[in-house]
Amino acid sequence: MKYYLTIVLFFLLSGNCLNARTIRVGKDHPVKTIQAAILQAQTGDTILVFPGHYKEKNIIISKTIFLIGKGRPVIDGEYKYENISIKAPSVLVEGFRIIRSGVSSIEDFAGIKIYDQSFVVIRDNILEETFFGIYMQYAKHCLIQNNILRAFNKQEQQSGNGIHCWKSDSLRIIGNKISGHRDGIYFEFVTHSIIWKNISENNLRYGLHFMFSNNDAYISNTFRQNGAGVAVMFTHHIRMEKNVFEDNWGDGAYGLLLKEISDGFITGNRFSSNTIAVFMEGSNRIHLSGNKLSKNGWAMKVLANCMDVTVSGNNFLGNTFDVGTNGSLVLNTFNQNYWDKYEGYDLDRDGKGDVPYRPVSLYAMVVEQNPSAMILFRSFMSALLDKTEKLIPTITPENLKDDFPLMKPVQL
Amino acid sequence: MKKIIKYVIIDILRNRIVLAYTLFLLLISMSVFNLEDNSAKGLLSLLNIILIIVPLVSLLFSAIYVYNSAEFMELLVSQPLKRKTIWLSLYTGLAISMGIAFFVGAGLPILLYAATATGLTMLLMGILLSVIFVAIAMLAAVMTRDKAKGIGVSILLWLYFSLLFDGIILFILFQFADYPLENFMVGVSAFNPIDISRIMILLQLDESALMGYTGAVFKQVFGTTPGLMATFLVLFIWVSMPVWISARKFNRKDL
Amino acid sequence: MIIATNVNKQFGKLKALDNVSARCNKGECIALIGPNGSGKTTLIKCILGMVVCDSGFITFNDKNILHDWTYRSQIGYMPQIGRYPDNMTIGQVLSMMKDIRKQNKGLDEELIESFGLQQMFDKRMRTLSGGTRQKVSACLAFMFNPDVLILDEPTAGLDPVSTETLKEKINSEKQKGKLIMITSHILSELDELVTQVIFMQDGKICFHQPIETLKEQTGEQKLSKAIARVMGKQQL
Repeated sequence: MKYYLTIVLFFLLSGNCLNARTIRVGKDHPVKTIQAAILQAQTGDTILVFPGHYKEKNIIISKTIFLIGKGRPVIDGEYKYENISIKAPSVLVEGFRIIRSGVSSIEDFAGIKIYDQSFVVIRDNILEETFFGIYMQYAKHCLIQNNILRAFNKQEQQSGNGIHCWKSDSLRIIGNKISGHRDGIYFEFVTHSIIWKNISENNLRYGLHFMFSNNDAYISNTFRQNGAGVAVMFTHHIRMEKNVFEDNWGDGAYGLLLKEISDGFITGNRFSSNTIAVFMEGSNRIHLSGNKLSKNGWAMKVLANCMDVTVSGNNFLGNTFDVGTNGSLVLNTFNQNYWDKYEGYDLDRDGKGDVPYRPVSLYAMVVEQNPSAMILFRSFMSALLDKTEKLIPTITPENLKDDFPLMKPVQL
Repeated sequence: MKKIIKYVIIDILRNRIVLAYTLFLLLISMSVFNLEDNSAKGLLSLLNIILIIVPLVSLLFSAIYVYNSAEFMELLVSQPLKRKTIWLSLYTGLAISMGIAFFVGAGLPILLYAATATGLTMLLMGILLSVIFVAIAMLAAVMTRDKAKGIGVSILLWLYFSLLFDGIILFILFQFADYPLENFMVGVSAFNPIDISRIMILLQLDESALMGYTGAVFKQVFGTTPGLMATFLVLFIWVSMPVWISARKFNRKDL
Repeated sequence: MIIATNVNKQFGKLKALDNVSARCNKGECIALIGPNGSGKTTLIKCILGMVVCDSGFITFNDKNILHDWTYRSQIGYMPQIGRYPDNMTIGQVLSMMKDIRKQNKGLDEELIESFGLQQMFDKRMRTLSGGTRQKVSACLAFMFNPDVLILDEPTAGLDPVSTETLKEKINSEKQKGKLIMITSHILSELDELVTQVIFMQDGKICFHQPIETLKEQTGEQKLSKAIARVMGKQQL
């Protein structure tokens, strides 16, 4: 401990020796504007910004400095400018309220934009009414933490993404709250990154949008009431763990949309009250296990072009339809899940039902073909149809079944 | 009018069939709630009972009761009473009795085990269905003089409302699958009180699924306040129209 | 008091009432007689408003009875076969009728006593014999002291003692100047009460005469014989 302290002390003293200054900005301080402070600053300096309403057009940070707001100063972009542009590595931006960035259909204005830099840290900021929130391009090893991003636009065209990452690597996006943007978090060509403990809700399109981004993980996030849920497309090797997907309602709204993805792990997530909890199209080698899917319209929709999808050890509770599909070809495995609609028995008491469970009901197929037929769901007639189909399966896919359905829910 | 209602109710409540019906409902709902591990699943099982048994019993019992009380009505008609009063009293008495039977048999267990929005909707719809099918039964009974024929008509009506109607709709749906039928469907469902009730319960039970596809249309129609009011207006018409027509018929009927 | 004018009623193909006109006044005791299916009961039901006539009209105290129901408070009706809710007791039926008629004063409960119905007040209607039901019907008809009594086969099923009781009752009401209509095909017991005879056949009124005229014309003293004679004549 003593040893450790000595090192810290050494660095503190040596810092002083190197003469890293602190520049104070505010109406009671010698420097009145942030721009002026940056102009004065040298690499390694700290700029402390005191409360005030700063309208400074576009602030460009071209030196490695620490820009820290005290008492939440406001940086106003007046709907015309990009508030902060970071064009130096290892910059820290902290403690600001960044509002009213410019809106444009040609340029991607953002509250904070990182241009081709690494090791930038952006934390504890509030971004309101920005076009894009935090924008990264060619960024590496950046940390985006505990920011709150709020936008209020109603139309997709006038709204940018909350945290937008493009062609980046090794990012950490942790504990942010994003709402009202087009996509909450947007990944395109982003690799080796982690998204952890964020809350993305009430965004116009997706809560989280992945495209061509491989070897990433998102863990313990909450995606709620987004226009279309979460989309993961054209990607491989993604881990999706312990996330909550809920209340994503509407035509084409999914808890989780998987399209052309492979080698994914989906474990320990909770899907509840989504129109379609998990939708899979052209997906291969996906493992779904230990998830809880409850009160969804469709717990899963697995199109016939999916292969080697393994669904095991999940709980299906109170869903309107457990599984839907569009064809009779089934190359996927359902095994040892708990289905609350299972009506079989367990004579040998091994905890697994003795007759297979068929999660696709006839009426699910009918509705798939003709959505309007939903109006007749749970009528005497639809019940009759389902019962007959259970006895003599003719339309539902023969192979789509769980041979060892669990008698009790999996403890999750 | 109150007095006649009182005597009708006293008479019906002494009837063993109503008692048996109440006990049957009670038995089913209690066992459903006790056997299923969660109350939502219990409600689901109860849904079929409400949509099938309640209309059937309401129809048959009311029709038979009307035929069996022909003498009583003859007696009343010879008294200084308005015929309309007699008929409406008979309807009110029957409706109240069937409503109470349903409330005690299924409503109390629902309130006890699943007093959720879904449960309460189900309770309300069950009572409304009872009341509606009593009205339909009385119309059927006043139109046909012969008892056996009247009961036959009641059974046919039940079959129509609970099965045939939906079959026809499904047939139409698939015949005209290429056309946008959502609004048409919503309109058509107004012609079957069982369908309306079912959709109202569906909106609670399968909210998430209904939000997809055409479900959004249903939600818009049935889920909004004006839509809800329109729905209840339609259900009210389903009560008042048969009662009104049957009262008119009864006014001219020879006893 | 009751005037029927050109009343017609058809049940399917059967013409139950064919252009029937009649006038019944206070203080009369009218026997409405005729063979089975001649339309007696239908006429009575028309007067009571239980059957709506196809054409023609009936007035009660100069008011058309169509769409009116208040006039029925002045009528006591004893049906041919009295049928009551099975599950009710005699007492309940009687109190229910009082309740419905909203009349609790000036009740004439003489018949209940003379028939001895009090002892059977808590017997259920379905357990009663035909005769006892007739007694209940009679009690109900007389109970509210109506101006008009319409009795459909009043003595059918009654034992001789009760018949005598009823006859006395009818007689005393007649003395009070009420209009009494009785239908029957066996009249011998009621001979001495009747002042007028309406004879119906096939839905038509064959004749409507005071009893004296009828006796004079036929030369018979007994009403039944006089009627038989008339009928015989008509068949010839």
